[in-house]
Amino acid sequence: MISLASLPGGKYAVFIWPAYAATALGFAWMTLDTVLRARRWRREALALEKARGDDA
Amino acid sequence: MISSLANPLRFMRVSLWLAPVLGIGAAILIGVGLALGLAAPPDYQQGDTVWIMFVHVPAAWTAMMAYAALGAASFVSLVFRHALADQAAKAAAPLGAAFTAIALVTGSLWGRPMWGAWWVWGDARLVSVLVLFLLFLGYLALRASIDDEAKAARAAEILALVGLINLPIIHYSVEWWNTLHQGESILRKGGPALAGVYLTPLLITGLGFSLAFGALWLARIRAEVWRRRATVLALQAALK
Repeated sequence: MISLASLPGGKYAVFIWPAYAATALGFAWMTLDTVLRARRWRREALALEKARGDDA
Repeated sequence: MISSLANPLRFMRVSLWLAPVLGIGAAILIGVGLALGLAAPPDYQQGDTVWIMFVHVPAAWTAMMAYAALGAASFVSLVFRHALADQAAKAAAPLGAAFTAIALVTGSLWGRPMWGAWWVWGDARLVSVLVLFLLFLGYLALRASIDDEAKAARAAEILALVGLINLPIIHYSVEWWNTLHQGESILRKGGPALAGVYLTPLLITGLGFSLAFGALWLARIRAEVWRRRATVLALQAALK
């Protein structure tokens, strides 16, 4: 287990690394949500297009 | 460039390769910027907390850029009734909210050791950025609360345009009012107040955050185009 105090930044490490963690978390959410959303709607649209093609 | 992308088919073709290119560029610039920033010496006043600047300031810049994008897309959608502009506005809002949240959280983590407070309600810069966050949330809530998608878009676009007034307020808040937040240190008369050892990584990381917003924005607009396509196809299938 790594303690925040052992990370670079001295006495301010407890503020610095949570700030970087919050930023990483924000980027992870934005990226995951965007990729999953894009995949889901692309898959659904293509499936509906295929179903329409099969009906015709 | 932008007007040529207004054609949805062309947009889908160009964004298919442009989004990953911007994403890779963003990852490289953010990696290089943070590596340079974390190698910078402690500031003589702020010590090692200056490292927080390399994520806080780019997040704040990008949040304002996202709102400008939301406002511009809302204007084009409202005036020219362009469907892709509405999709662009809708796609910008959650990203803008996320970048603003990052700016608020990292700012609070920087403020505590420097000012002795996590948050100061009387500070114009802090409160105006909180208002920016609430504008993004309000835009998203308004769109989600009206079933008719066209009516929801119109209402949200008007809110987005009214909210544009907050951008100059954020920018000039440190000049117009007394504030704990430091004054303008990049775009100011006489040149930047930051030493090169801090300014260079800050600008690199800032460009990286901007490219990341661009990549994610394009990918979300693409998702919205697919969603509307799926909705139309589902309706057509149901009417058969």
